[in-house]
Amino acid sequence: MKQKKNASSAGAGRRIINEMRLRLPASSVNEGVARGTVGAFLAQLDPTVEELADLKCVVSEAVTNCVVHAYGGRGGAIYITVRARADREVELSVRDCGCGIADVAEAMRPMFTTDKSGERSGMGFAVMQAFADRVRVRSEVGKGTKVTVTKRLSAAGER
Amino acid sequence: MFGSSRITVTLDGGTLTISPRGEIDHHSARILRDRIDNEMYLNRPAILILDLSGVDFMDSSGLGLLLGRYQRAAEIGCALKLAGCSARTKKILELSGADKLFDFLAKA
Repeated sequence: MKQKKNASSAGAGRRIINEMRLRLPASSVNEGVARGTVGAFLAQLDPTVEELADLKCVVSEAVTNCVVHAYGGRGGAIYITVRARADREVELSVRDCGCGIADVAEAMRPMFTTDKSGERSGMGFAVMQAFADRVRVRSEVGKGTKVTVTKRLSAAGER
Repeated sequence: MFGSSRITVTLDGGTLTISPRGEIDHHSARILRDRIDNEMYLNRPAILILDLSGVDFMDSSGLGLLLGRYQRAAEIGCALKLAGCSARTKKILELSGADKLFDFLAKA
């Protein structure tokens, strides 16, 4: 009986309490637009300054990957979804229909970059992993990439 | 972001100080990179200080910008120092180990 009650309350915690969907052209100016819009959506959850900065940095990295790598500066569409759950977990997904990644594990390795100019750090995925609880990447060459990031925000009583 | 009014440049003897204000992402990093490189090659300072105290956001594109400037500065015998780094900027530098490359100043 007790187990049933716990399972039921866990289920209630997974309930989506709000959701935002955003479609942006893959233009570098939209890196800031995506950060600002996602930040405004998250404000309702009363995140700490640190948590908000973490997630803005994550969205910035994911959108930059779409602009620079997925579409190679040629433009395309970026689809961003943010879900807020009752248990204060935020799920952010950033999807593109670009070139895809042949070797996801290699792309996620810190300092890995295809850039030869010395101007890219190759730390985009590493920063996402450092600032989120979980980062999942699904990609298919020629079809596109979806990055899904989750992070649970602290409750006021936990701070 | 980072139009000319948001980047302050001062030259004092052999020390060039560049102080951007605002956010450093992939979009703004290109503008800032060109400005820093132009000032560095024009003035050939012994020391270049990047004063980041006015930067309120930086992601890995900012890290790439700093690593690139480290290389360019070294090529002309210029020492690059970072001033006014926030804890968050330092954390991004530490993730890549790049914090070991730079001298940090509390303020410019």
